[in-house]
Amino acid sequence: MPPPFERLVEAHGAAVLRVCRALVGVQDADDVWQETFLAALRAYPSTAVLNGEAWLVTIARNKALDHHRKAGRLPIPASSQGAADGALPRGLPRGLPRGLPARTPGGTASGGADGVAHSVEAGEDAARVWAAIGALPKKQREAVVYHHLAGLRHAEVAGLLGNSEAAARRASADGMKALREILQGTGMSDTPEGRGQ
Amino acid sequence: MSTELEMPAELAAVAAGEAEAVARLRASLVDAAGADGLIDVAYRLVDSPVGPLLLAGTAVGLVRVAFAREGHDAVLQSLAVTVSPRILRAPARLDDAARELEEYFAGRRRLFDLPLDLRLATGFRREVLAHLPEIGYGHTASYATVAALTSSPHAVRAVGTACARNPLPLVVPCHRVVRSDGSRGSYLGGTEAKALLLDLEAGAATCP
Repeated sequence: MPPPFERLVEAHGAAVLRVCRALVGVQDADDVWQETFLAALRAYPSTAVLNGEAWLVTIARNKALDHHRKAGRLPIPASSQGAADGALPRGLPRGLPRGLPARTPGGTASGGADGVAHSVEAGEDAARVWAAIGALPKKQREAVVYHHLAGLRHAEVAGLLGNSEAAARRASADGMKALREILQGTGMSDTPEGRGQ
Repeated sequence: MSTELEMPAELAAVAAGEAEAVARLRASLVDAAGADGLIDVAYRLVDSPVGPLLLAGTAVGLVRVAFAREGHDAVLQSLAVTVSPRILRAPARLDDAARELEEYFAGRRRLFDLPLDLRLATGFRREVLAHLPEIGYGHTASYATVAALTSSPHAVRAVGTACARNPLPLVVPCHRVVRSDGSRGSYLGGTEAKALLLDLEAGAATCP
């Protein structure tokens, strides 16, 4: 008995967005998310949907491949571009005197300087993690994303990657290990300002 | 599934601002899906003096009004089976119904002027529903009186069933059907809700 499609959006919208961001970058993820859910809705419920999330992630993965094919380039996933580009301009008001005319829209809207600073830091932290994920070898990256970010079981990840459950589990573990090393390597030292608060 | 809880701490940062992003994407999904004719059932929730109401509509018209006590999740699941699982929360598509109900509860509307999709009521039940608007605002009729209007004038119990399963309560006024002894009888929105509606209509009907 297929559930109302709305339930799939509610339950898996965020996980699918993470997958999209990991596979095509934060900037283009919105388009791929949209294409994924439209395609899913179009096929729904004629497709036998045993696990809604695995099904949606499969569609998202295909849409991401289409996206790269159309763009005519190799996957350059999860670059820090999107999040950082979106966040940095909004960080400027932090250092500006309050008397200046509002050159930066959004900076004074709500939440005050602290709110802006927090959201900028959150964006920078996210960009750092996305960049680290993007630096992983493809198989490890996908295993980490599908298992740890989307919550699929290793067996389902194996279905997507075309390998065994054990191989998917190993790729995920190796990926997390590499990710920790990357994150520790880049550390926090490259952004001296805004830290230590 | 609680993916958030399972996410390793190192990765948690990616969830920042995610809820807002998904909300924004949801809204444009609804627009795009609507433009492509992919929404078979649109729904929204509205507050009312008789509790939260679920309003659901198809391309034909309003197909379901449900009280909270019916279980909105169960009602949506049932619509997925009986109409289509291509169901999305698309509030704007039910603006008219929401507005007319608001006017009704404010005592400013006596008749609903909405396209209705009566597909959830068939046969005799549908015949009964077709007669209910003949009971005017502020008036009541007994189950027996309504039965007498139909092709089966003795089917009093079946009239009761038709009212109890009315897919469009409020808009199709089954609350105006009462017992022959003058007591109000049961109501799928609860007896308190029925009393509130009859009192509302009685009060508003006496105003000029």
